[in-house]
Parts: sequence; structure tokens; C-alpha cells
Amino acid sequence: MAKDESGALARFGVTDRDIEQALGRVKVSNVDYADLYFEYCQSESVSMEEGIVKRATKSIGQGVGVRATAGEKTGFAYSDELTSKDLNIAADTARYIANSAQGTTPVPVTHRPALARNLYPHDRANVEVATRDRVTLLNAIDAEARRYDPRIKNVMAAYNTEYKVMLVATSDGVMVGDIQPLSRLQVTCIAEENGNRQVGTFGGGGRIGLEYFQNDQRYLQFAREAAREAILNLSAVEAPAGVMPVVLGGGWPGILLHEAIGHGLEADFNRKKTSAFSSLVGKRVASDVCTIVDDGTLPFRRGSLNVDDEGTPTSRTVLIERGILRGYITDKLNARLMGIPLTGNGRRESYQSVVLPRMTNTFMLAGESDPQDIIKSVKKGLYAVSFGGGQVDITNGKFVFSASEAYLIEDGKITRPVKGATLIGSGPDILTKVSMVGHDLKLDEGIGTCGKEGQSVPVGVGLPTIRIDEITVGGTKA
Amino acid sequence: MTREIAAPDYTDVAQDLLARAAKHGATAADVMVADGETLSVQVRMGAVDRLTKAREKRLGLRVFFGQRSASASTSDFSLDSLDRFVGETCALAKAVVEDPVSGLPEPGHYATESPDLNIYDATKLQTDQQIDLALRAERAAFAADSRITNSEGGECDSSSGRIILANSHGFFGQYANSSFSLSVSPIASNDAGMQRDYWYGVNRAFSKLESPEAIGQEATRRTVRKLGARKVPTGRLPVIFDPEVAGSLLSHLCSALSGYALYKGASFLIGQLGRQIAPDFVTIYDDGRMPGGLGTRPFDGEGLPTRKQAMVERGRLASYLLDTYSGKKLGLPSTGNASRSIGESPSAGPTNFYMVPGTTGPEQILATVKQGLYVTDLIGFGINMVTGDYSRGASGFWIENGELAYPVEEITIAGNLKQMYSTIETIGSDLVFRGRIASPTVKIAEMMVAGN
Repeated sequence: MAKDESGALARFGVTDRDIEQALGRVKVSNVDYADLYFEYCQSESVSMEEGIVKRATKSIGQGVGVRATAGEKTGFAYSDELTSKDLNIAADTARYIANSAQGTTPVPVTHRPALARNLYPHDRANVEVATRDRVTLLNAIDAEARRYDPRIKNVMAAYNTEYKVMLVATSDGVMVGDIQPLSRLQVTCIAEENGNRQVGTFGGGGRIGLEYFQNDQRYLQFAREAAREAILNLSAVEAPAGVMPVVLGGGWPGILLHEAIGHGLEADFNRKKTSAFSSLVGKRVASDVCTIVDDGTLPFRRGSLNVDDEGTPTSRTVLIERGILRGYITDKLNARLMGIPLTGNGRRESYQSVVLPRMTNTFMLAGESDPQDIIKSVKKGLYAVSFGGGQVDITNGKFVFSASEAYLIEDGKITRPVKGATLIGSGPDILTKVSMVGHDLKLDEGIGTCGKEGQSVPVGVGLPTIRIDEITVGGTKA
Repeated sequence: MTREIAAPDYTDVAQDLLARAAKHGATAADVMVADGETLSVQVRMGAVDRLTKAREKRLGLRVFFGQRSASASTSDFSLDSLDRFVGETCALAKAVVEDPVSGLPEPGHYATESPDLNIYDATKLQTDQQIDLALRAERAAFAADSRITNSEGGECDSSSGRIILANSHGFFGQYANSSFSLSVSPIASNDAGMQRDYWYGVNRAFSKLESPEAIGQEATRRTVRKLGARKVPTGRLPVIFDPEVAGSLLSHLCSALSGYALYKGASFLIGQLGRQIAPDFVTIYDDGRMPGGLGTRPFDGEGLPTRKQAMVERGRLASYLLDTYSGKKLGLPSTGNASRSIGESPSAGPTNFYMVPGTTGPEQILATVKQGLYVTDLIGFGINMVTGDYSRGASGFWIENGELAYPVEEITIAGNLKQMYSTIETIGSDLVFRGRIASPTVKIAEMMVAGN
């Protein structure tokens, strides 16, 4: 399919006239902005357990979301029917917040920019992988993980793909469409030895197709990594409890940035002054070795987008520059109300959800330290390289993230693996305790999903090896 | 607020889909159709912030070709699309491997009666009525204490929906349900900073929803008491979970008791059926027939009748949560706990899952603690279901000589769920259903608290 809005329009079966009329109906004089968001999404999942590829599911959804904003108010309606009648009903519902009669003058949608770039050119057949190819791949993963170590007793793996076509038409007269492929391969292994059972996981993906996993037999590497973590955890000892120095490895531990500062810098919380960061622009919130960006323009990345869900091209936004808080990530509503630049971070889970300012790929730029020196600098502490999820309370700034692979550091050396533990800190404070940043920036493998107000969107994170001088570690050993 | 569309009847769509699946050669199939409408109102600082209204529908089809199966879902009900949809689902099933355990439940076990379970209230709220309720809740929160300086807003939602389940063994069932909820999230501030909390009510019957004033006042009580929170020193302490967070301990129990986690070896309760996992004063039920319950339904995701059953009986693990498939894997019959997302094959989960209350009031439980922690909030995902290892971010209150002394934050509590369940010391008398999973106050003898 051609990657332009006319191709997308054809799929939705609506005419320009339908769109311009519906926009006209909702964009009355006291409505500041309105948009129509059309979406078609097909997702497929094939999963394996106990050595059998036994589950295959497919989901098809399409619909339109119609939104009007007036001052701080948002009116929103959605429909899974795409007739002009349904469009008009949704437009009338969204307009309810403006307390005025329906508009009668169609809004001309004249500006139809071609995408300036394509961050994830794809071949549809390669995204919608044939089920038998997925089966082959999953079977090989099972065999590889079991071959890695006979103590691996069960292997679960799933290969999920999503093929999303979106088209947004706005009352600014802009119409832009995009095709957003997304794939993810996830492996979980359970190891058992003398009644001790442990789990290991590994996964990755992005806005890519099957060849990504096939290159250099990357899928087998996923299997070995999950198996390795499960076997490692068989010998894990109790994690320590209390305040100590922690060294975070590169890549996915960047979830620290996502929780500790990323959410707190989303414009909506700051407009409402409910974020712990609300009055801190221009102030120091990190040590001067920390520069942190949100970048939606990285090719093929899980968190990347050509345009956000309001049609704004994504960008690279500096959040923290050498320790100083520079700015927020925005959508149209919050940029307008706050009088700050639009950063292309207006995202929504689907046509059934409203746009919110959300992160894309959030990471810290590389520093100058040698990762080995960072570990050597710690007398007694924790080295954490892999994490499960995290969460933050925006208002008081307290955040957590939970390590799934971690080691003790004793006298500058990595010694024993420890069981998983949650780390807790305060967002506006924690990065002031970052004393060393490695030269080894790594982005995560492409597994992150961020939740906000019940909406999930794919995101990326990244981090070089860093040293945090003190953070509370929630282990069980005093 | 705008024109209403008459609710279509999707009974025929379900039967039609089964017929099409058979024509494509499927040896068995089931279809689930869900449709509903929802109106959500959010207000903030005394004004409307967001209105969302929608009607939606979705159908899920599962087909079997002998012992191969696949599931799919779509929101596109047009006849052309449905035919293609059935064909694609059948093609998917043929591409996976035979699974000897797969299949629909045997005939003779399906739900036959349709009891009135009080889960549908036909009340239709007007948009302005919902706006008013949300505004009143927020106003009550502000009025309750001058330290409330800001707000994440109030929200009032109403929804109603219908579920149809039909299969090629001749089962056909349907039910309607409704839900009304009201919540508010005030923000308190003083020199020490900002704190946020919230309170909510949710009910299947609109008339049983708590008043906006009661919800607003409780939200403020919970919020202002957190002001000035600090860390505490690291150490082993008795920990009391308030009913909201005690419910999360039961959620983890549900995950560990799911037949799927058990047969995959991914639960810390493998092989514990019939064994003592908690003290003898702990009894836990799952009750799919509780009148008006938020987890109540006449039949489960496979059409089997729901029921009330003891999960933990005087401390002994009495049952797992099973559907037909996970039951077969474990050599046990289904417990009527198939839960189903549209277009997915079933999984196993709770209906209304609760701990039977004790006789001790929450204040009396506090009085038993000389120094300890009273937890009101937990964040994060630090739970390992394979081992039961538990480590989460917490906030709440320091207990000194049997009373709440001051608010506490930025700490973690850690232990192992197996050990936590077995060292429950006291259960409160304060059980209230505010969701599908409910618990009274629970005191655990000792956990590791990490702070300063």
C-alpha cells in the first residue's frame, strides 16, 4: 500500500467531503481545535509453551475518534462504524462541551503533506509474518533454550505483530496518514534445580519485520539470554535492604529515566501543577554529567513515530541539559494552553482514547567514564542490569523500578547474583546523585509499554552505565 | 445528549458465525459477542475537563479443527468482512500444532438456568447529571480541608453492556450488566510538598453508589494525612495492610492459583492443593453468584455455570482457579472460572474473590503493634510469581505504641508471598466490596522494610 493519506483514506472508505463536513460540524466558533482520527489495526500473536505452538490469535479493529477542545475542555466520541452518519453523531457528541449548535460550514482540509521521512519503511508481507514462519521460529527458540542448559524445564515464547494504519484530519486544515508496523518477540524460561524454580525473560522488537529477528539468528540469542537469566537466578542470594550506591547497566535500566523524570515532564501534569517538577524549569534537577532527551525520530525504534497522533512530526526534545531542566513534552492542547513549543508527543492508544502528552524514546546521552571504572568505584553496592516494570507517583515524585537481574558489588568487583528487588527514590532528587556516566550508551531491545490513564503505548528507553551514589534498595537482607 | 441508536440484536450474528465456521470445515467453534455503551465525565477545578461517549461492539470467534485451534476478534460486523474473518481464523487454526488437551467443555456441564443476579441496572444517566455528581465530589473534597489546593479532578462514569456466548455444542447464553462509578483525586500541599490520593465508589446499581459528598470527604481525609511524610530506618517490622492494599495480596494469590500459571510451572503454589498455606483463621471464597457483585456472572467464559467455592478453607488450600483446558492439564475439572477477553482463548481468573472478615476492628489491630508500619499505598511490579519473592514501593504510616504516629514514604517492603500468607497474624472485621477482589485489614507478623 502506498504510504500516503489517500491510500489510508481508501481503506477507511470515507470521502474528503465526509471529513470536511464532520470537521465543520464540530469546529464551531468557540471550539479551539478539532480532529478526526481514523485507525485500522490488525494484530496477530502466535505463542508457544511446553514445546508446542498451540495458540494463535488475530484481532482486527477499526474506527474513528472525534475530538473537540475548547479552553481546557475536551469533548470526545468514538465509533467503530465509519459511515458519514456515524461521523456526524460523533462530531455532535464531541461538540457538547462547547454548548453551541452544530456548525454548517465544512472545514477545508487543504494541507496534505507527504511524510518528510519514513523512519520505518516496511514490506507488509514481512510485518504480517506467515503463521508457519512464526511457528518455525518459536520451535527453534524452544530447542535452543533447552539446549542451553538441561535445567531449563519450560520455555514460553510469543511473537506478536501489529499493523496499524492511521489518518488524522484537523481543523487546522491538515490531513496526514501513517502506517505503523510493530513487532515483538518475547521469551520466558523457567529453570529448576532441587525444587528451586527461577524465571528468566528476554525480548525485543521495534517497528520492524521478521528479518530483524532472523538477522544473525537474533531469535536464538533471545532464547539463550532468557535461559541464562533463569539459570543465573538459581544461585541468587537475598538482595540487600537499605540505602547504598547502585550501578545501573546500559539499555533497559533507562526505565529509571522514564519513571523518575519522564512522566513528571509530561506537559499535562505541569499545566495542572500536579507534578513534582511543576516549577523547576531552568533549575538544577540532575548532576551536570546528565543530559536527557526524548527522541521520536530514531529509525525502526519501538517508541518512534513519523508523526504523532495529532499529525505533528516527532522530534528530539532536550529534557535535561547538563543537569538543568529545559522543558516539557507536549501535545497540541497543552502546548497551546501553556504557550510552549509543540514537541510532537501527542499520542493515543487507539481511536478509542484521547490524546495525551507521552514519551517516545527517552534516554541519557553518553558520558566519559569507563564502565569498568564505574564498577571499581563502588566498595559495597548493587549492580543492576535488567529490570521488570516501574511506576511513579507524579505528585510527590516517588518512583520505583524492579530489578530482575542484579549482582552485589564488593570492593569494586561484581560478586554474587542477588534476587530481584525494587529500588525506590524521589524523581526531582535522584539524578543529582548520579556521579559517573559511562561512554557506553545503549538503547533497550524494544520491549517497553508505557501505561497512563489506562492507555498503553509502545516506548523506548536508553542509558549508559551510570553510578547513583545512593538509592534505597528493597531487598530482604538487613 | 445526542441521538440514541437503538441497540441491535447480535444473537443472529453469533449463530450465523457458528454456521459459517462449520461450513469452512471447523469441527467445533464458539463465539462471544460484546456490545455496550459508555459515558465518562471528568471535571477538574470546578469545570468540565473531558467528556467521552461511545457505543462499541466486538465479536470473538474460536475455531477447532480436531485439536488445532485459533481465536480472532473483529469490530467489523459487515457480512462480507465476517465471511473473510471466519476464513482467516480457520486458516490460522490449521497452521498451529495439535494440542491433545484442547476443546470445548463436554455437553452436559453447561449453565442451564439464568438466575437474576442483580448485575444490570437500566438507569440511564444524563450527561449533566454525571457532570453534577463529579463536580459535587470534587467540591466536597475541597470543602473538607483548606490544605486541598489542587486537584487531579473528579470522574463519573456509567456503562452498560451485554455478553453473548454461543458454541457448536448448542450452548447459548447471554446477560447484561451495568456499572456506575464516581471518584475524586484531590491534591494537598504545605511547606513539605504535595501529596495526592483518591477515593472512589463503584456499583452495578446506581442507587447504591455512595454519595459524592462521602467520596469527596474520604478522598481528602486520605490525602491530607500524607502531608509531611518521611522515610524510616531499615529494619524488620510488623506490617498492617489497609483493606485497599490487602486486596492486592489476594490478587497475587489469584495469579498464583490460576491453572495456567500452575501447569506452566510459573506459580509459587505448585503442589500445594490440600496443604496448609495460611493460619487456620484464614478462609477465602470465590463467589461468581454474589448478587450485585462486580465479578458476578451467570456463566463463565466457556458457558459453564459459576458458583461459590472455598479457595482457602481454614488455612488449607481448597481449590485452584480453573477453566476446562488448565483443569485438564492438572487432571482436575473446571471450577467455572474461565475468564475471556473477546477473541482470546480462555484463561482462568477470579469472579468475586474475598477473605472472610475476622472479629477484630482495625483500631484494635493497630493497638497490638508497638512499632511497625501501616501501609496504605503500594507501587511497582516487584513480584516474582514463580518464587513468590515480593518487593514493592510503599507509603503509609509509622505505628508507635498502637497508634498512627506520622506519614511515611519512599520505603519498600519485602518478603515472600508464601511466607507472608503463612504469617498472617490478624484479620480485620472491615470487609467492604469495592471491586471484584476484596479484603479486610490484614496484619503480617514481620516483613523487611527498607528506608534510610
